Amino acid sequence: MSDKYDPVIVGFFCNWCTSTAADLAGTSRMQYPANVRAIRTMCSGSVDPVYILRALLSGADAVIVGGCAPGDCHYVSGNYKTRRRIKALKTILNTLGLDDERVWLRWISASEGGKFAETMKEITEEMEKKGPNPLNKQWTV
Amino acid sequence: MRNAILDTSKDGMLESIKGFLKGLLEKELVNAVLVPVELPSGNNVVQTLVSNPEKLDAANPLAPVLPVNSARIISSITRTGSSQRKIAVVLRSCELRAVIELAKLKQVTLDNLLIIGIDCYGTYSINDYSNLAEEGKSPTDNALGNIKDGKEDELLREACQVCEYPAPLMTDLTIGMLGQDLGKELVLIARTEKGEELLEGLGLAAEDKSDAATKRETAVAKLLDKMKGIREKFFEQTKEEIGGADKLAAVFGPCIKCQNCRMACPVCYCRECFFVSPTFELEAEKYLGAAEKKGAMRMPTDTLLFHLTRMTHMAASCIGCGACEEACPNDIPLLKIFQLTGTNVQKLFNYIPGRSLDDELPPTAFKEDELEWIGEK
Repeated sequence: MSDKYDPVIVGFFCNWCTSTAADLAGTSRMQYPANVRAIRTMCSGSVDPVYILRALLSGADAVIVGGCAPGDCHYVSGNYKTRRRIKALKTILNTLGLDDERVWLRWISASEGGKFAETMKEITEEMEKKGPNPLNKQWTV
Repeated sequence: MRNAILDTSKDGMLESIKGFLKGLLEKELVNAVLVPVELPSGNNVVQTLVSNPEKLDAANPLAPVLPVNSARIISSITRTGSSQRKIAVVLRSCELRAVIELAKLKQVTLDNLLIIGIDCYGTYSINDYSNLAEEGKSPTDNALGNIKDGKEDELLREACQVCEYPAPLMTDLTIGMLGQDLGKELVLIARTEKGEELLEGLGLAAEDKSDAATKRETAVAKLLDKMKGIREKFFEQTKEEIGGADKLAAVFGPCIKCQNCRMACPVCYCRECFFVSPTFELEAEKYLGAAEKKGAMRMPTDTLLFHLTRMTHMAASCIGCGACEEACPNDIPLLKIFQLTGTNVQKLFNYIPGRSLDDELPPTAFKEDELEWIGEK
């Protein structure tokens, strides 16, 4: 294990949009940092906060949830619920003095391969600036 | 809102309330009453489903203790549907607010329940209550004495010291004590047709909004006003005590993941908890792998994850009864943590748990045009 800090980012990407955008970025040979560990979910609305919390408590430096833009949800309203859930989670993290800017929500549609690559670059750079997640050192949580 | 006066000058407050409840059963206005009843040992009261009016002799809805938030009990009685027979349930404000939350979650059926709310001056921990009783002092007299003398009750649980809802919200009938001359009278306030039928059935002379009811409203408003400052200070202090990864890890340090808090919480709504699922029954290799990640791993695992997850699930509905803290064997200050985060989440969605059946639960409801900035930069 090298000592150099290389952010670990966990991505939960909706099957109908952001996951497809990731494929598009790949097939178009777009370059982006390999820091994101992508997990495909059927809807951003199926990402329970427990998954995000578990990633953060286990030492991931950031979590990004990718879903369809408001109005475009494959299941009509899943992403509206995601939006409420993520905002509530961020409020809780912020209240408890934990860094809520390590949780990102982005709307990336299936055709936006470029936006996907850009966003992954952006979050990786932000986390490089921010430094490692302090919870990474806490073996007691 | 018709109301009636219940004279307490002859028999005292407790006997008068008992008389009122007995009347409900004797006149067959209801078939059963759910009410706190003193145990023969005297060291606790328990919610009891009473069908025989004689058994109400030991009833004590004034006892300053909340052994279980009754919303859980009402849920077990009515979850699979209500009975054809009527049950009057005597509830404190926090219990009733939880009942309303559970009704929205379809875990309580309100049909054929007659909700009698009782003004609450706060409760003691079960231990404090039984200690007083064992010393031969009546906890109820102790609490009522303090109210009469206008003294701060030192034994009150923290949840009660910062409670904004001494007056129950969604009742059919309220037993109003706040702002009344308790040695003389109480006011019974019917807030629905069902409540009015009770007053009629008991032959109590009902008038449209009496002076007593107005006095009570003034007293409630005054209390709320006082509570605002107290709560603000309480939240600031809490933020100071728990903020940040290190302090949070320290506060939850004593957690043994017994999950008593989850069992006691009236609004922890999952019928099967994720944290007792096989997800957390790992193979040896997985444990070792996880330990290698940070070099060491606390066992049992995922204590903080458990609390934070519970928080994200029920914060919007947290009514601040403090049953979680009461249930904690290691005195983790759960009430203040959950009240602080709960209040912030509720503010976000402009939601007050237990206020009305029409307010949709924030996690299931949404608006198309809200929180637009989240998800975009």
